Amino acid sequence: MPLLWLVVMYLGSIAVMLVSAFWTVNDFTGEVEQTFTLDNIARLFTDPLFATVALRTILVAFGVTVIDAVIAIPMALFMSKVASPRARLALLVAVTTPLWASYLVKAYAWRILVAPNGPISFVTGGHTPGYGLTATVITLAYLWLPYMIIPVYAGFDRVSNSLVEASFDLGGSAWRTVRSVVLPLVFPAIAAGSIFTFSLTLGDYIAVGIVGGKTQLLANLIYGQLVTANNQPFAATLSLIPLAAIVLYLFAIRRTGALENV
Amino acid sequence: MRKLLRIATSGAAVVLATAMLLSGCSSGGTPNATSGSTRAQPPKASMPSSLGAGEGQLNLVAWAGYAEDGSNDKSVDWVHPFEAQTGCQVHTTYGSTSDDMVQLMRTGQYDGVSASGDATLRLIYGGDVAPVNTKLVPNYTTISSFLKNGSWNSVNGQAYGIPHGWGANLLMYTPSAVSPAPTSWSAVFTDSGAYKGKVTAYDSPIYIADAALYLKATQPALGITDPYSLTAKQLAAAVTLLKAQSANVGEYWSDFTKEVQAFESGTSVVGTTWQVIANLINSDAKVKVETVVPKEGVTGWSDTWMVSTKAKHPNCMYEWMNYITSAKVNAQVAEWFGEAPAQTLACAETTDPTFCTTYHATDAAYAAKIYYWTTPTTQCVDGKGDNCTSYSDWVNAWQQIRG
Repeated sequence: MPLLWLVVMYLGSIAVMLVSAFWTVNDFTGEVEQTFTLDNIARLFTDPLFATVALRTILVAFGVTVIDAVIAIPMALFMSKVASPRARLALLVAVTTPLWASYLVKAYAWRILVAPNGPISFVTGGHTPGYGLTATVITLAYLWLPYMIIPVYAGFDRVSNSLVEASFDLGGSAWRTVRSVVLPLVFPAIAAGSIFTFSLTLGDYIAVGIVGGKTQLLANLIYGQLVTANNQPFAATLSLIPLAAIVLYLFAIRRTGALENV
Repeated sequence: MRKLLRIATSGAAVVLATAMLLSGCSSGGTPNATSGSTRAQPPKASMPSSLGAGEGQLNLVAWAGYAEDGSNDKSVDWVHPFEAQTGCQVHTTYGSTSDDMVQLMRTGQYDGVSASGDATLRLIYGGDVAPVNTKLVPNYTTISSFLKNGSWNSVNGQAYGIPHGWGANLLMYTPSAVSPAPTSWSAVFTDSGAYKGKVTAYDSPIYIADAALYLKATQPALGITDPYSLTAKQLAAAVTLLKAQSANVGEYWSDFTKEVQAFESGTSVVGTTWQVIANLINSDAKVKVETVVPKEGVTGWSDTWMVSTKAKHPNCMYEWMNYITSAKVNAQVAEWFGEAPAQTLACAETTDPTFCTTYHATDAAYAAKIYYWTTPTTQCVDGKGDNCTSYSDWVNAWQQIRG
């Protein structure tokens, strides 16, 4: 039964989208014409615009993922191994509380923070990233951080303290213990978190509209083709790019073995 | 997990196979009807010859500010009097852009829309709106004659809606940062380098027309006569100009609150605007801004109330179209929104007696200088041939400009 749901509802809708990627649209009436054509695919590869924006989007997704991992790993390590039970609870609440606020509220908050005459500029004496790619990466990293911290925290939590103690007993330093014992064990959790941050960034077009200045990402192009140009077939063609990117990402993760025993 | 992946992989194979099968087997499509000397005939749709009783409900798609029910400002309310008068309960959905409105109307869930000229032809030729019997709208007779039977609201002499109001896309600047006061669009195009990073522009493919209008005046060799009828070569020239401008743009704006905030925070100091935005900024009094009609002329909008072909409450919609263009209500809307009212008699009803003069409401000569937003089509909208670029070309060009 769940498999039926997966095939019909989920893969079925993706199939419809894939099909329409090979259709075209009547220039004048805006009606979709259901005739098979490879024009959309050809356009995807011949127009440099799409490669540029796709590359930019994937780099932003990597950037956001790396930033989130760098912040989340020490944070989660502290929460699960160092903090007292009471502090751990407080930290967990602190990490999840931002999820209660609306996405838009948080994005607009960053718009105000990075404004040319905003708080960041005031505190740093005029050094604000302003609206653009940097602000987009910061905002997205902020927005998706809980999705990285929670799985990584759960991963650290499952690493038995006795393993850590055994490492210490055998003369391992704190750093060596983290590097050779703990990190390999939590790597699957980091990989799981990175799937969230990576895929969520690939699909985002709202935050970049709010803090991105004149930057556009892949999802903006898709939105533009779908809503502004009313060219649903080409929008479907464009959405093959993030689809391919996330599939490749999943396979890359799988190769590292992170998905073996989750 | 490995098992799950295998399932996912085989699922993907199923998807691909179905995709190939479906796209191979599909056929049909609608014929492309674009040629001939007069405009192509839109899909047939009936219009009423008489009106019945109201249906009790009315679902509208409107620009923010066109159907105020007192929720923004208690004193600004013309929806409740309409409901009391006609018994039609009004439900308004605000469209943020013309494209948004076209999308909403395509759902067929609405009775009518306040469409701008860059949406009207798309709606007409998409078969989403019906011709309007103007005889059933008594207030139509006194509407400014230069708004009737325009290329954006009628096809071959048949009206497709009731004009509501119009206005120009002006050049706005912060005098404290921009001096001398600009008189030409060159301030945001060829000379925009002076305000690098603080120029703003309207984030819509239709903004290409502003560049075309500037090129029309500055590069006569291109032979642009109408900013919405561009050949591929003329469009390319406009794209080059806009790409150069893009280097100096700090932010594009699409909804007016974003521009208000950008000017108030100093993110933008010069760029295209609507009069109502300037009014809002000046009434907030954080910064002072000025607007000007540059010497090259301006683009503008002319909004039209249109009836959906799938309207479930057509009688209420006709009642609404007559009501919103009545002198008093049209004056209220125009003053609230900051545009010229379509109804000539509205000028006697405005709270500010000089309002119509400020907005040149009945000045046909001024109105004639505005190039109203029109949907570009391959069949040139100025009637000069079949080799023009279409709106989807413009969307693609706009994505190229944004980079």
